[in-house]
Amino acid sequence: MKPKVAFFDFSSCEGCQLQIANLEERIIDLIEVVDVVSFREVMKEHSDDYEIAIVEGSIQRPMDELRLKDIRSKAKILVALGACAHTGCVNKLRNEWPVEDVKKEVYGKANISDNPYFDVFQTKALDEVVEVDACIPGCPIDREEFIRIVTALVAGKKPSIPKYPVCVECKKNENICVFDLGKFCLGPVTIAGCNSACPNFSHECEGCRGYLEHAHMDAQKDVLKKYGLSVKQMLERFNIFNYRKEGY
Amino acid sequence: MSQKVDINLHHITRLEGHGNIVVNADNGKIEKIEWQVSEAPRFFEAFVRGKDYDDLAHITSRICGICSIGHTLASLKATEAALGVEISEQTTFLRKLALHAENMQSHILHVGYLVAPDLFKVGSVFPLINTHTDAVLKIIQLHRLANEMSDLICGRTTHPIGLVVGGFTHVPTLAELKVLKSRLISSLDIAGQVAEILVNNAHMFPNFSRETEYIGLTTNNEYALYDGVIGSTDTGEHPVKDYQSIVNEYVVPHSTAKHSKHKRDSYMVGALARFNLNSDKLTPMAKEIAEMFDLKPISFNPFMNNIAQLVEYVHSVEDSIIIIDALLMRGTKTEEPIKIKLKKGRGIGAVEVPRGILFHDYTIDKKGKCIKANCVIPTNQNHGNIQKDMEAMVPTLLDKPKEEIELNLEMLVRAYDPCISCSTHYLKVKFV
Repeated sequence: MKPKVAFFDFSSCEGCQLQIANLEERIIDLIEVVDVVSFREVMKEHSDDYEIAIVEGSIQRPMDELRLKDIRSKAKILVALGACAHTGCVNKLRNEWPVEDVKKEVYGKANISDNPYFDVFQTKALDEVVEVDACIPGCPIDREEFIRIVTALVAGKKPSIPKYPVCVECKKNENICVFDLGKFCLGPVTIAGCNSACPNFSHECEGCRGYLEHAHMDAQKDVLKKYGLSVKQMLERFNIFNYRKEGY
Repeated sequence: MSQKVDINLHHITRLEGHGNIVVNADNGKIEKIEWQVSEAPRFFEAFVRGKDYDDLAHITSRICGICSIGHTLASLKATEAALGVEISEQTTFLRKLALHAENMQSHILHVGYLVAPDLFKVGSVFPLINTHTDAVLKIIQLHRLANEMSDLICGRTTHPIGLVVGGFTHVPTLAELKVLKSRLISSLDIAGQVAEILVNNAHMFPNFSRETEYIGLTTNNEYALYDGVIGSTDTGEHPVKDYQSIVNEYVVPHSTAKHSKHKRDSYMVGALARFNLNSDKLTPMAKEIAEMFDLKPISFNPFMNNIAQLVEYVHSVEDSIIIIDALLMRGTKTEEPIKIKLKKGRGIGAVEVPRGILFHDYTIDKKGKCIKANCVIPTNQNHGNIQKDMEAMVPTLLDKPKEEIELNLEMLVRAYDPCISCSTHYLKVKFV
């Protein structure tokens, strides 16, 4: 019996679901090992009978929170797909502002009070609403990692993501350190798994895959000192994809 | 007619984002037709305030996963206009290639994966893998090429890495461009075969027309995508700086996405609008594909937007080959980053992205921080036109079976290829 998989999306750009279409011919292999029972973006059919729910997006409203809890109650395994689901991604940048302020800035004087569509609270990642069993980080996700994690789940194993920083992959790719190019890189404190995509293009890592717990902070402080930068500046940059009111 | 139309479709499928259609009709009398967008609003314009000028493109790219390159380019153009930054010829060439790659990727995804199932009467592309294996593999091949072109130019297929204020962090080598060129040339043949398959099923598109206004960029020397002035089939040309008097955004209670109108109640943007305005500047094979489907300007049939997307796919391939030839002649090099002098200013960037004309408008303070932002999204500009099409189409469908009404209205929405992540992000269809 192939496991039944359903895809869902909340507030996001849907770019992580697009990476599944971007598997190209390998989509055909994917549907040989799993039974896709719901995927609104690409199919009309829908079933509520699924074991694995793969969920993209952040949670912004009571109505979305209820829908996510319903998905959780039906799924044996719930996977957070991409940074919006995993960390809240750039959606959380608005948490720097009061809800009423952002509404006024975007919708002006339009009467949107008492309208449930506009009833937003501060943006939440999925794990602030329900229990999440596995994460596929990144903005967007890395397609190879998606395959690896789905393969592990189908085999009944617990999927894992790297426990080392982007720097490890970047060194392996023999890139010039982007700090030496005068840029501010977050590679030393960011979870690897993207094959250092941004530094490979001489661009700084922006930390989209999230904060590496137990990052080697002393070494990072040395790096910052060497380039005359402060921890405060680093955390400000880190906030773009990983905003936390309480900080790190 | 005694039929009571009472349909409730929740979350239209095979669309980017969520929306609803509400239709109430009894005894041939229509009580309500409403195109609703209920996607959770994301407030980008509010939270980019206070952000540095050089972070804006990589933040606003996240408005949309499908047209992230287009958002990046509109953002960079707005930022550069505000700061008075001039870009090099090489940067312009490479940005045009990036935009073509996205146009190709988005159009083939929509036509091949999301629209084609309607033409073959199936619920998704999955059953077609078994019944029309060869056609599906051809579509995948075209999709893969578009994505690999993005990888080469932008560093990634979604959310481009190398496109920054003033230029590129990384440029492709001539050898890489030569390989890309030969792959683009051979893909034209495959695109022609895909068009042949679709033309045999094009009769499945509903026969529906409604006169409306078409708006898009236009310019004298090329089929406008990266640059131009605002063109309208009703009112002619307008400078980009006047965009607010063209788009006239307004809020309706049933939609978290804003709506737009110009001289009429609504207007349309996207591939069909561009075709209607600029078809004489298409490349030769793109013109042949248009003829194959009997697509001529001005076409008032919204379903022809999907055919215009196919036409543009071919145009983007052919024009990319021309751009690569120019780059091969002049060579590519890693250019020194442009020195940016911070100053207070406002800039507007307009770009044609797969779904139509996109504007980013930023005001930047003397420290280089954004203090005001406005993004006008193609899909928002189309919402009003979708509504008006539905109002014209529903009366012609009332005596049809419920499933057929639903299918026709879903197909209408799909014809516009709405990107609701962009417009805020949410789409459901509900008949009450």
